[in-house]
Amino acid sequence: MSPSGQRLALPFSHQLLNSQTPGSSMSEAFIELRSIGKQFLGLRALDDVSLTINKGEIHCLAGENGSGKSTLIKIISGVYQPTEGEIIIEGEKVENLSPIESVNRAIQVIYQDFSLFGNLTVAENLALNTELRAKTKLVNWRRVRKLAHEALERLGVDIDLDAEVESLPTSSKQLVAIARALMSDAKLIIMDEPTTALTGKEVETLFRIVRDIQSRGIAILFVSHKMREMLDISERLTVIRNGAKVAEGPTSEFDEASVIRHMTGLDIQIEPFRRARPDASEMPRLKVQGLCLAGDYQDIDMTLHSGEIVGLSGLLGSGRTELALSLFGMLPPESGTVEVDGKPIALQSVQDAIAEGIAYVPEDRLSEGLFMTQSIKRNIIATSLETLAKGGIIDIQRVDRVADETIASMQIATPSAEKQVGELSGGNAQRVVLGRWLLTDAKVLILNGPTVGVDVGSKAEIHKKIRELVDNHGLAVLMISDDVLELAQNCSRVILMHRGRFVDELEGDAIIEDVISDQLKSFT
Amino acid sequence: MKFSLDFRNMVNRDNNILQLIMMTVLIFIIMTALSPDKFLRYYNFESITYLFPELGLLSIAMMIAMLTGGIDLSVVGIANLSGILSGVLFHYLTRDLGMEQSVPMVMLGVCLSLGVGLVAGAINGFLITKLNIIPILATLGTGQVFIGLCLVLTGGPAIVGFPDAWAFLGNGKLFGIAVPFLLFLLVAGMVAFLLTRTTLGVNLMLIGSNPRAAVFAGLKKSRMILYSYMLSGVLASMAGIILSGRTNAAKSDYGTSYLLQAVLISVLGGTNPAGGKGTVAGVSIAVVALMLLSSGFQILRFSNHLIDFIWGAFLLLVIAINAWKNRAR
Repeated sequence: MSPSGQRLALPFSHQLLNSQTPGSSMSEAFIELRSIGKQFLGLRALDDVSLTINKGEIHCLAGENGSGKSTLIKIISGVYQPTEGEIIIEGEKVENLSPIESVNRAIQVIYQDFSLFGNLTVAENLALNTELRAKTKLVNWRRVRKLAHEALERLGVDIDLDAEVESLPTSSKQLVAIARALMSDAKLIIMDEPTTALTGKEVETLFRIVRDIQSRGIAILFVSHKMREMLDISERLTVIRNGAKVAEGPTSEFDEASVIRHMTGLDIQIEPFRRARPDASEMPRLKVQGLCLAGDYQDIDMTLHSGEIVGLSGLLGSGRTELALSLFGMLPPESGTVEVDGKPIALQSVQDAIAEGIAYVPEDRLSEGLFMTQSIKRNIIATSLETLAKGGIIDIQRVDRVADETIASMQIATPSAEKQVGELSGGNAQRVVLGRWLLTDAKVLILNGPTVGVDVGSKAEIHKKIRELVDNHGLAVLMISDDVLELAQNCSRVILMHRGRFVDELEGDAIIEDVISDQLKSFT
Repeated sequence: MKFSLDFRNMVNRDNNILQLIMMTVLIFIIMTALSPDKFLRYYNFESITYLFPELGLLSIAMMIAMLTGGIDLSVVGIANLSGILSGVLFHYLTRDLGMEQSVPMVMLGVCLSLGVGLVAGAINGFLITKLNIIPILATLGTGQVFIGLCLVLTGGPAIVGFPDAWAFLGNGKLFGIAVPFLLFLLVAGMVAFLLTRTTLGVNLMLIGSNPRAAVFAGLKKSRMILYSYMLSGVLASMAGIILSGRTNAAKSDYGTSYLLQAVLISVLGGTNPAGGKGTVAGVSIAVVALMLLSSGFQILRFSNHLIDFIWGAFLLLVIAINAWKNRAR
C-alpha cells in the first residue's frame, strides 16, 4: 500500500458516478459567494473567497482547523457579516444576511453539537421549530407527534419519539438534527464536521441519508477535514487554507494526497510504524488475563510489550472504552488479573492505576482531558502535583522548569506556559494531555481516539510524538481508534473487539485500512 | 523589585483586580469630594477596619466554596453557632475574670469555635461529596440546622457577657491597629498562599474548572472538595469569633444580611461562580470598596435602608459590566 495515500476502493464510488441531480437544476446555483473577505479586529479570517453551491449538489468544504471554514459557514448562516464581497442566493443579491433571513432563505446548519435540547424528547425537539413558527399559543401534541414521525420516516430511521435526546447515542442525535433541518423545507443543509463522533458503520448510514436528501434536490455543504469521507461523498470540492481558497473542482480530479497537499501546503509522507513481534520470553509491560465485567466485556486476554503500539477497534458499544476505563481504575473489573511488569495490581481507583504506571488519554479531550480555563502549566502538572510538592507546598521553580521542559519536548506551540489551554489548537491541546503523562512514571499508555478533531498536519505530528514516546520511554501503547488509517499507520497489531470480546487480531501485512474496515463492517 | 514584578503579573493575569482597584479609588475620590471634612477623618477609616473583617472572612469562605463551582449558604449559621457555643462555654465556666486571667479560657473558646467550623464544614462536605447533594441545597439545609441549634441553645435572646480577652479579638487594638483587621490580614495571607502555592489550592482550581477532567487526571476530587468546605467552615467560625467579640454578644440571627452580601462580594471580587477562578486579593478589595461606599453614604446621612439599596444596585452594576465585558470578548 502506498503510504502517501493512494486512493483505495471506496465503498460508495460506484454510486458517486450514478448520483444524479434531479431535474434541470443541474448546474443552477443556489448560493453564490463572491470574493468574500472577513476581518476580526484587524485579523484577517477570510480573504477573497468565492464559493458556489449548486442546487441539489453535495459540495465539500475542506480545510484544517483554523483555516476559516467555520467563519465561512457563519457568513452563510448570517451569524457574521462579511467585510467584503457579496452573497447571491437564488439569483438575488442579499444585503445584511441575518440568521433569521438565512433560515427564511431555506439554509439550515447542523453544527457539531447539533444544537438540540437534551432534556426534551425527540418529538419535542423535532416539532419545536415548526410549532414556534406556527405562532399558536397552544401546542397540539398529536400534530407534533405526527410531524415528528413523518420526518423520521422520511429518513428511513427508527428512533423512539419519546426518548429524551440526552439518552440517545451521538449518531441518533445527529439524525434528529437532520430530520429537524428537513422539516423546515431546507434547500441547503450545511453539516459541520458531521462524522467526528461516528463509527465507520454510522458514517455509512449518514452517507446513505445524505444521498437520499440530495435526491430530493436539496444541496449539501459537507464541512470536514477527513480525507476519505470527503472524497467518498462529494461531487465538488473547495479547499481553503489560511482564509484563502487554494483549490476547487470536481471531486474526481482530487485524490487524498492532493487534498492533503492543498490543505496543509505540505507533502506529508507517513511511513507505517512496524515493530517485530517481541520475544515471547520478554516480560510484558501489561498482561491482562480473563478480565470480565458483566454487560461490558468478557474473558479479555491481552499482552502489551515495551516498544509496541497495539491497536484496538470495534463499533460503539463493543466494550472497548469500558475496558480502557477498567484498566485505568475507573470501572473496576469483576474478575481477572492485570499485571504490570509482572506484578499483579489492584485496580480500584484512578490513583491506583496511575501509581502502577498506567496512563490514559481520554476520548473527549474537551470534556475529559483538559482544564480549558486554566494555564498550560497547570494542565501539564495536574497529575503530578503531589510529586512536585513537599508537605503540600508546591515547589514553584520546579513546576516552572518541568512545565517548560514538557512544552519543549512535546513541541507545544505557545509563547508562554501561563497561556490558557482553551486558546490552543486541537493538536497542541492534545500534546498537553499527552505531555502530562510524561511527568508520571507511565509504563502503559492507553490512547482513546488520540487524534479525534485534530487536523491532518497536526495528526501526523502527534503520531510522530507517540512513536517517539514509545521508542524513548519504552512505553507500551494501546491505541483505541475508529480511524482505520491511523491504526494501519501506527500499530504493529490490531485487535478487533465486538460485543465485549476480542474477536480477531490482525498482524503485519494484514493491517491494511480496508481489511480493518471490512472486518468492522462484518459486525452487526 | 520582586514585589512590583509580582504585582504587575497579578494585575496582568487578572485585570479584574485592576478594575477593582480603580473602582475603589474612584469611590474614595467621590466620597472625599462630597464630604471632605467628615469622610477623610481618621476615625472613619478606623471604624472600617473594625467592621470589614467579618464580612471579608465570610466572603473569602464563600469564594472558596465557589472555586469548585459550589456555594456555602451556611456560613452565617456556622459563624453564629461558633459564637454562641463559645458564649455557652464561658457561661458555664467562671465569669468576670480580668484580661489576664481569661486568656486560657478564651483560647479554649477559640479552639471550640474553630472546631465547630471544622465539623460543620465537614458535614457540608460529606453531604456534597458522599451523598451527592448539590451544594446550594446541602448548605441551605445545614445553615437552617445551625441556626435552629443556635435558637435552641439561646432560646432566642442574645448571649452576652463574653470575657475581656474575647472582646479584645473583635474590639481591641494592637500597635494602634484594630485586632480584627490584623487577624484578617493574617488569615487572608494564609488563604492566599494556600490557594496559589499548595496542592490543595491548585487542585481546587482544576476541579472547579473541569470536574470530569479532574477525575481523569487522577485528582482526589471528593477529598479536595471536602477539605474546601472544611476550610470555608473554619473561616466562617473566625468571622463568628470576631463578630461576637466586637458586639460582646452572640445571637442566632446576627449578620444574616451578610450571607447574600458575601455571595455578591465574592462574585464582584472576580470569583467565577461556575468554579475554577477566584483570588483572595480580589475579594478583599471588593469588600473594602463596599465598606468605603457605605461609610461614605452614612456620613452623608443616607438612611440605612437606602444604603442597602445602593449596595445592591452597585453590585448589580459591576456584575453587569463584567458580564457585558465577557460577552464582548
